[in-house]
Amino acid sequence: MSASPKTDWKKLIWALMGVAVFFVLPNFLSRFSIYLMALIFTTGLLATSLNMVLGYGGMYQFHHAVFYGFGAYTTALFLTKTGLPGWVAFVCAPLASALLSLLIGLICVRLSKLYFGMFQISLGSLVWAIIYRWYSFTHGDDGIHGIPVPDLIASGKSAYYFALIVLVVCLMIMYRIVESPFGRIFQGVRDNPERSEAVGVNVRKHQLVGMIIGGTFAGVAGSLFVVVEGSVFPDLLFWTLSLEILIMCLLGGWFTFLGPLFGAAIIVLLRTFVGIYTEYWTIVLGIVLMLLIFFLPEGVLGYIITRYRSRRNPKFQEG
Amino acid sequence: MLQVKSLTKNFDGFMAVNGAGLSLEKGQVIAVIGPNGAGKTTLFNLITGQLAPTSGTIRFKGEDITGIPPYAIVRKGLCRSYQVVNIFNRLTVFENVQVAVLSRRKHTFNLFSNARRMAVNETSRILESVGLKDMAHSISGSLSHGDQKVLEIAISLGNRPELLIMDEPTAGMSPEETEVTLSLMKKLSDEMGLTILFCEHDMNMVFAIAHEIMVMQQGKSIIQGKPDAVRVDKQVQEAYLGGDDICYA
Ligand SMILES: Nc1ncnc2c1ncn2[C@@H]1O[C@H](COP(=O)(O)OP(=O)(O)O)[C@@H](O)[C@H]1O
Ligand SMILES: [Mg+2]
Repeated sequence: MSASPKTDWKKLIWALMGVAVFFVLPNFLSRFSIYLMALIFTTGLLATSLNMVLGYGGMYQFHHAVFYGFGAYTTALFLTKTGLPGWVAFVCAPLASALLSLLIGLICVRLSKLYFGMFQISLGSLVWAIIYRWYSFTHGDDGIHGIPVPDLIASGKSAYYFALIVLVVCLMIMYRIVESPFGRIFQGVRDNPERSEAVGVNVRKHQLVGMIIGGTFAGVAGSLFVVVEGSVFPDLLFWTLSLEILIMCLLGGWFTFLGPLFGAAIIVLLRTFVGIYTEYWTIVLGIVLMLLIFFLPEGVLGYIITRYRSRRNPKFQEG
Repeated sequence: MLQVKSLTKNFDGFMAVNGAGLSLEKGQVIAVIGPNGAGKTTLFNLITGQLAPTSGTIRFKGEDITGIPPYAIVRKGLCRSYQVVNIFNRLTVFENVQVAVLSRRKHTFNLFSNARRMAVNETSRILESVGLKDMAHSISGSLSHGDQKVLEIAISLGNRPELLIMDEPTAGMSPEETEVTLSLMKKLSDEMGLTILFCEHDMNMVFAIAHEIMVMQQGKSIIQGKPDAVRVDKQVQEAYLGGDDICYA
């Protein structure tokens, strides 16, 4: 939209107020709620990282969870198997996920939209199978528990603050990328790859870089998960989680920057509270998805923004 | 500036372009005419790299560009607009053109600058020159068809072309919009010195602006010459100009 510095200031003030609220919040919450919030931050970062590729790049990234789980396992294995300082584990996780994105991306960006998604699912499932089977290294199905997280960020509250800070920093970087020339052109590629190529964009290279960016932040989210949960298990890379993240983006609004964060909060809360009453969580998820497609194709935040804009400016209609 | 020699394109046994030739000097405005299905769009797709030719050569500014990918050809100064509107639907009009300008300035992989402050002057100037300035901040997908066709042209100007290829720039436009586009093309040629290659159904428009005309039929180029020479050419008359059906849409 029109780029007036005034709206930038407004956004900044809102963002600062939001962050301030979340900084004092733990003082009023139970231990469990603090843990749940930290999990929402982690999952919100994960969903936002997917949306970089999905909403801004228009790529069918159907198996995003792989990069998340890969980051989580990297952190976990570094912390349990090596004597290296803790921060190495946290730096290596996003790097490992970036590398995996590069490998999977090199193969996938050559394919057309749907094949891109399908092939990614099969490659991702391969990674899952390796982690699931390689018992001596990854403890397979059992997962790794009681991971020695550095003391500074180990307790519930400090994990919360760590997750919050990492989330805010990552959101700032991702927002910056979305608003950069790369991001602008990436959205062009989303809308029309053919035309992008015709204005001089190397579309595949652009998509590959986009995938690496998304994968890197998923890796960061993966290492946050280790901090919040203290354990990892193969489900972190399973395709059902990828489906959940996709739904978070669609639910929150995949053409908005903060939508996926909202979607993540809704899904994590639903899973936590509905999961207590029923084991048929996937069915609930399916129903949410169906309602969404019928009633809110632009997602919750997308819907609110469109309504807000059309009220302020009745002539404005999103195309 | 552009030389196309005995170009062919085979689509599973069907020769959509079958020995097309074309020659174009700097500063010229050249029209390609021919009935629907003659292979004009395919010829343009071959020149701009969207399709790879089956045989033949394309030289641009003396350099062989046959088979080079589209993004590399654009960077050499050869840009195009499309017959069917082909824009960035969810972006604003401003951003549509800005994408081309940013790409030309090689900011494709600039991750951390603020795009809102970049290429603003040049983008605004282009929008002003084509008359889209008032709609700069509308979402391009919501524009009228005529405005989208103009945006088509504006996007290609973002690449600062030396040779602009336009595939039916006035297709689907009202007579008034056609008039505006015609004067825009004149302006691009006269004031900005652009070389233009276009194809068009509207004969009045072709004869109003083209320095030379190339006639295509069934994938072959049958003649290239001055409008008056083409008008009286026997083969062309037989092909359709002299026939009753000047309207071959
Ligand atoms: N991708 C394609 N595959 C097969 N046939 C095609 C393809 N593109 C165009 N054609 C055929 O090639 C012929 C020329 O098409 P086109 O270049 O669009 O003609 P024009 O632009 O002169 O109307 C048409 O008969 C069309 O059906
Ligand atoms: Mg055509």
